[in-house]
This record gives sequence, structure tokens and C-alpha cells, in this order.
Amino acid sequence: MEEIQLLGHGFAVALQWENLLLMVAGIVLGVLIGVLPGLGGANGIAILLPLTFTLPPVSAIILLSCIYWGALFGGAITSILFNIPGEPWSVATTFDGYPMAQQGRAGEALTAAFTSSFVGAFIAVVMITFLAPLVAQFALQFGPPEFFAVMFLSFACFIGLARGSPLKALAAMMFGFLLAGVGMDGVTGQLRMTFGSMELMRGIDFLVVVIGLFGLSEIFQSIEEGLRFKGAKARITLGTVLRTWAELPRHWALFIRSSLIGCWMGITPAGATPASFMSYGVARRMAKDKDSFGRGRMEGVVAPETAAHAAGTSALLPMLSLGVPGSPTAAVLLGGLIMWGLQPGPMLFVEQKDFVWGLIASMYLGNIVGLIIVLAAVPWFAAILRVPFSIIAAIILMVCAIGAYTVNSAEFDVVLMLIFGVIGYVMKKLDYPLAPLVLALVLGDRTEESFRQSLLLSEGSLAVFFSNWLVGGIMTLGLVMLFYPTLSKLWAPRVSPAGAA
Amino acid sequence: MMLRRRQLAAMGAGLGVAALATPALAPSALAQAAWQPQRPVQFLVPAGTGGGADQMARVIQGIVSKHSLMRQPIMVVNKAGGAGAEGFLEARNSRGNPHVLIISLSNLFTTPMSTGIPFSWRDLTPIRMMALDEFVLWVNAESPWQNVAQFVEAARAGRLRMGGTGSRQEDQIITVALQRATGATFTYVPFRGGGEVATQLVGRHIDSTVNNPIEAVTHWRAGTLRPLCVFDSRRLPGEGRVTESMGWQDIPTCKESGLDVEYLMLRGIFGAPGITPAQTAFWVNLLERVSETPEWRELMAQGAFNTTSLTGAPFAEWLTREEERHRTLMREAGFLAAGG
Repeated sequence: MEEIQLLGHGFAVALQWENLLLMVAGIVLGVLIGVLPGLGGANGIAILLPLTFTLPPVSAIILLSCIYWGALFGGAITSILFNIPGEPWSVATTFDGYPMAQQGRAGEALTAAFTSSFVGAFIAVVMITFLAPLVAQFALQFGPPEFFAVMFLSFACFIGLARGSPLKALAAMMFGFLLAGVGMDGVTGQLRMTFGSMELMRGIDFLVVVIGLFGLSEIFQSIEEGLRFKGAKARITLGTVLRTWAELPRHWALFIRSSLIGCWMGITPAGATPASFMSYGVARRMAKDKDSFGRGRMEGVVAPETAAHAAGTSALLPMLSLGVPGSPTAAVLLGGLIMWGLQPGPMLFVEQKDFVWGLIASMYLGNIVGLIIVLAAVPWFAAILRVPFSIIAAIILMVCAIGAYTVNSAEFDVVLMLIFGVIGYVMKKLDYPLAPLVLALVLGDRTEESFRQSLLLSEGSLAVFFSNWLVGGIMTLGLVMLFYPTLSKLWAPRVSPAGAA
Repeated sequence: MMLRRRQLAAMGAGLGVAALATPALAPSALAQAAWQPQRPVQFLVPAGTGGGADQMARVIQGIVSKHSLMRQPIMVVNKAGGAGAEGFLEARNSRGNPHVLIISLSNLFTTPMSTGIPFSWRDLTPIRMMALDEFVLWVNAESPWQNVAQFVEAARAGRLRMGGTGSRQEDQIITVALQRATGATFTYVPFRGGGEVATQLVGRHIDSTVNNPIEAVTHWRAGTLRPLCVFDSRRLPGEGRVTESMGWQDIPTCKESGLDVEYLMLRGIFGAPGITPAQTAFWVNLLERVSETPEWRELMAQGAFNTTSLTGAPFAEWLTREEERHRTLMREAGFLAAGG
């Protein structure tokens, strides 16, 4: 096969010692960037981009894409240890990862997260290797109506996920939509809900809200409970890693399903964040005892991490083959390509074989290197939990504030983070679920935008959402998912009626 | 409504006079000695990461550090809020600070007009026009339209869908100008970025775009898009072929194809208001040297940029003219803030 031969050539490029060195450097940097909330992969890469001017393009992209892999790995660390998502796509990882850490299973959760990331990425790279041209064709099918259908499906998968009152979940979701609407409206170019404030013009950033809602409110709660840190007694050795690995093959179906969701969302391109939410939602739907999700189930870590990493990896494909970035980080890498004198797009695969296959080979190697590095560091990461809470809380607070500031280099965002910390605390006390709010905030504006674009294209007709097999199929699937709890009750009233709440 | 708009414009003009007057009055003791940056320079980008302005800022940053053109480092900071207003306001509020630069695109004109946020180029110190970005009318290669005449005929016969970047910005302004010139009506659909727009055209979700050359060139070379004409008074520069049979210079201008629409987008660099002439001179000189490097020429060639560069009074005159033209275009399109 031609691909194998080209890939072999790519490995020869990627295995040069200076490229390997850049790979390790990139991964370590990326993990650090991922750990610091706010300093996302996109920012980190943008900062380092000018430094790569002196490198040959293939080395430059290896360095930068390894930062990207590193950030994907690193995002999970703070989610699991402190309930603070380092990256948007690791929000869903906190749902079960943090409870696991609280139960003293931090090592297990971290190992599961890293391994899932690796598996997701690996499956995505294999797909890129062999199906790139086909996949690029598939991505072209996605116009605004198809994009909206995908978003609709994400929401449909996730709805009903929250325990407790569905009305409270709905209220939280509406609050999220409201927040997503603040700032510039992309379709009309008008400012909305800014009340003449300069600071609100840039909109309310998802990460700032999440750092506040999850991280700060958690600290507030711990303080209220008398500065106890629940994971403190965990003793973690490399043995934990091996034990977790022995357990993981049982979830093979989950791995495959989550990878497929991830690849699909990465190519469309919707990105890693919706992929992680959708995958978590589907995993919970398919599980027999749905209620144990959110209380520290390994599947709850595996599903979002696999999907996020699969999406993050496959997001590079539309960037390379179409010139459309599948994620903010890919957008920065895209700028990099142009700076190095390469034109991203269909001709890249034909004209720059060295570059493309060197990069693809580095995806394999980079992820293997990354997995080894982060797994070796698991005991150290988990050891952070043994530091007394009164000391670590102050550090976390500081890191949160720096993170919130870094997102837009805006002091106002630090204030916003504090406000959302209080909102998060109050919501927890009143039993309002946070997940629907976060989901609506992160997907809200893209969903609205694609909905309105579709209606512009169809001149106001809703039939556009059922105008061809693709969009119609996704919409139908979404509707089925949406009404699944009700339908399953109707069809099989005797099977676990409690689980469908 | 009319009155309020006039008042706003008058206010803007008033501010402008003040801004122009200050540097002239500033003591010129420093102007004699050659000035140099004393601390790291903040390079504001009034757009998100990955876009054209961001790329250009980062290329400049890279060139300056690679060729050691200056002792202090440059830091690129994205301030994209409110269609770039955030970045412009920050530059405006850094009065007298020579360590602040801002790169501008057409939103320098369009954002204050469409949002009513009061600022204009007169609030900044114009340093240098680096280049002008071109716009090309693209259609899908499988579409039946081989030239402008056929396209215009089709547009008059039925509503065509035009995709573009952002709302009430350059792409939509060109679309409105097209409507005026042809009498046809387009359905304008805004997307987030040029790459996305080009891909939507390849996938035939829209009928045409006015992408920059750099955004669509790869699809042209792959044979999926077809350029019809370029919105400039002269053909694009660049020897040699881009595709197997055509080069940039083979694309006719819209005017010679009977479509009298011209539009170029500013890629210019501005400083904070109230900086001294010596400081301005330092930046003019630095950017001059940036534009002489091979990396810069490579970028210009890749994007088929119009490499016109202006400084000083001619630049200010150009800005005055363009601002007026944008106001006219935006008014006619009903894009001005506070009523239409």
C-alpha cells in the first residue's frame, strides 16, 4: 500500500534525533500548558510560533503539534485532582474524575485518563493515515444545517443527564444560553447584552466561567467543610498504573464508540469539547446503572478523554486537507503553516509529502512519548494531593486567577471568575446542576450561529434541516436521543424505570 | 436618528483634531536623539488568533527577532472583543506610550460605524501601511459561470448565496457594492473565518465568495474553485503559474469585466496617540526593514498582496479618503449604528 510506504518515509523524518528531542520538549511544555488553566494549547502555541521561524517546517510542526498533544494530556490532570478543568475539553472529565480522586483513586483516574487519551489519539491517527482523502470529502458535506444538526445531537445526548429536578437542569441550561449570547453577535455584527460595558464586549469566556464554577466553588466548599482534603490518604505507586491497565480492556466497546464520536466531531469540525460531552452523555445512556455516573466511575473518565483526544487529533485533518481549522489550536497551527511557506489545503498532501507524512509519523511517536512521560509522572501528580489543603488551596486560587487572566489578558475576567465561583457555590447548595450550564455556554453561540446561517440559506424554511439524508439522519438521531428516556419508559416499563429520570 | 448620527460623527471629528494637535505641540527635545524602545513592546491584534491580521503580526514578530532588528522583544496580544473595538480602545487609552503598536484591518473603519463605539484612526498615530489585501470573486469550479457576465446574469435571474467572513465587515460591504453595481440581490451568509468560507464554497453550500487570495488559493490549485475577477484597479502581481494553466495575473480585474467594484483592505500599523515624532520615526524605520526581508516578501507573494506601502502624510490622506468611502458604503447599506 502506498500509505504504508509514505508513512515509513515519514517515520524516517520524525525519528531524526533533533526531531525526537523537539518532540519530548514539546510534550513536556504542552503538559505544563495543559495543567495551567487558561493558558490553553492555542495560546501556548501562538506564543511559541515565532520561535519556530528558524526551524525547518517539519521540525516546527512536530514541536508545535507535540505541545498540542501535551496540552490534551495535561488538561485532565487538574480536572481530576482539583475539579479545575485545565482545558475546555476536560470539563466532562471532572464529572467522574474528581469523585474518584476524592475516594483516593486519583492514580487510577489519571492512568485511565492518560491511557484513554492515547487510545483515542491512536485510533484517530490510524484513520488519518488510511482514510484522509475520503474523510476530507465527508467533511465537505457539512454546511450550516448539518453543523446545527450535530450540535442538536450533542444537546440531545446530554439532556436528562443531570440527576434531580429536570426543571432545575433546564433553568441552568437557559442561564448558560443567556451567558453565551453576551458580546458580539456574529450574524448581524451587533453587540448584545453588553450594557455599554467595554469588558462585556468580548463576551463571557467559557474557561473563565468554568474555572469559577468548578474550581473556586470547590475550594469554598472545602473551606466550609473544615479544610479537609478527601483524597489525602491516597498512596500511589506505579503498581496502580498496571492494575488500572488490567481493568481497562473490559471497556473496549466504550473506547471504540468514544473514538468514533471523537473522530467525527474532530472532522466536522466541531472540536474536542462537544466530543467529550457527547461521548460522556452516550456512555451514560448506554450504561446499565446510570446513577453511578458522576460518583466516580472509570467509564466516566474513559469516555470523554478518549473522545477529546480523538477529536483533537482528527481536527488536524481538515486543517491540513481543507485549510479549515477543527479547533482553536488548529487555527493557530494553520497560521504557522502559512508562515513557513506552506499552503494548507488539498494540494499539501500532493506537494509536501515529507511534511505531511513526517507530521503523521510524529503523531504516532508523539503520543507514545507523551503517554510514557505522563504515566511516569502520575505518582508525582498524585503526590500533590498529600500537601496540606490549607497550603494547596492558596496555590490553586492563585493558579485559577492567573488562568482566568491569561485567557484574554483581562483583569475583568478575574473578577468574573470570582463571581462565578460564588454562583457555582450557591448553585451547588441549591442543587442546581452545573453541567447543563457549561454545555449551553460552550456550544450555545456556535449552535445559534449555525441555526441562523441555515435559515438565511433556506430563506426561513425549517425544512432545510431535513433536506438531505445526512442532515435528516443526524436530526432524526438527535430526536430519538432526546425522547429516548420517554420512549424507553413506554416500551419497557418494567426495566429500571428509575434510571430514566 | 439622523441627528444623533451626525452628532456622533462630529464628536469623532472633534476627538480627531485633538489627537492630531497633541503630537505637534509635544516638546521635541527627545525628537533630536534617536529613540529606542526601553522595554518589551506590546503588539495588539484587534482580531482572534489564526486570522490574517494575527498571522501578519506574528510574522513581523518572528522577523524582528530572527534578524535582531531591535533589542527589546515584541509580544503579540490578541484583543478581539467587540469586532476589534477592545484592541483599538486599549491602544487609544495608552496615550503617549511608545511601547504599544496595533495592526489594523478594515475593522478600523467598520467597527466604530457599525457598533457606535466611538474611536477612529485619528485616535491613533498612523505609522506605516504594510500592504493592501486583495479580494477575488470566487465560484465553485463545477458551477456553469465561466466569467463575470454569466455570473451577474445568474445573480439577476435568482438570488445567489454569498458567503463571507463576519457581519457588516469587508466581505459584506463588497457584497453590497456588488448589489449596487449589478442590481442583483444576494443572500449574504456570515461565517467565522476565510478558510471556513472557502470550504463552504467547495462543498457548494454557498454560490460565491469574495475570499482573499491566500484563503482560497489552495482550492483553486486543486481545481475546485474558479476565480472570476479581482476587486482592484490593476491585476494581481506575481509572475508564473499558480495552477497548471493560470497565474495570478491571468485573473481579470472586475472593472475590465464590466463590474465596477473596487475594494482593498488595509494592513497597516499604528502606534498609541501622542507619541513623539522620533518614536514614530523609529517604528517607520523598523517596519521598513521588516518589509525588506525575504520572509516578508515570501508572505507577500503567497497571499498575492498589493504591496503598496505608505507613511506620513500620504498615509493619513489615504486613511481620510478610505474612512469617507467606508462611511458612504456603510450608510448606503444601512449598516451604520443607531438606526439605518
